[in-house]
Amino acid sequence: MRIAVQEAPFDLGAEANAFAAGDNANGAIVTFTGVVRDLASGDLDVMEIEHYPGMTERALTKIAEDAMARWSLGDVLIIHRHGRLAPGDRIMMVATASPHRKDAFEAAEFLMDYLKSRAPFWKKEITRAGAEWVAAKDEDEDALNRW
Amino acid sequence: MDVLYFAWVRERIGLPKERVETQAATVGDLVAELSAREDRYAAAFADLSALRVALDQELSDFDAPLAGVREVAFFPPMTGG
Repeated sequence: MRIAVQEAPFDLGAEANAFAAGDNANGAIVTFTGVVRDLASGDLDVMEIEHYPGMTERALTKIAEDAMARWSLGDVLIIHRHGRLAPGDRIMMVATASPHRKDAFEAAEFLMDYLKSRAPFWKKEITRAGAEWVAAKDEDEDALNRW
Repeated sequence: MDVLYFAWVRERIGLPKERVETQAATVGDLVAELSAREDRYAAAFADLSALRVALDQELSDFDAPLAGVREVAFFPPMTGG
């Protein structure tokens, strides 16, 4: 299990390759990558991501441990960036490795659902018109109920 | 104890962190104490349903006791991922 909270970009291909080159008992690898999406108007200049150093690592570790306890997983990877990002930049990735595909997919969805509303990150969208904090969506909170 | 603020709570109060000497028994008592200080605190804490609290880096709630707590953080609902 690896948790990385970092300002620097990550190499999606290199991370996925390194993660997949682990245990041969894992027949299924799922990766998910989150990308900074531009606004519908195409006006987004910067996405600023603030976090709570210390608590962030603890929260992500707990989420990963919960996933490993619940599904048959050989390994879990979570990388999440903070700081100033531009549209198209990769914000985060999760990867799960399991003997079986269903566990790998479900665990990746679980990680994403929890990471969205239980890991202390806050996004701010900066355009020429000003800056605005992204509001949490009710559906993100509701998504936790299915687990 | 150390009190930390994040995102718009930090912006509204105007600082990321401060040391607070308090006898407050619960998070709610601490919020009332801070809100009584100055308008900027009262504004930040006006709607507690829009806020979350962590005690020693674990999510908690506004009824929770503060005994033994070293770090309290206030912030809006999280938007990771």
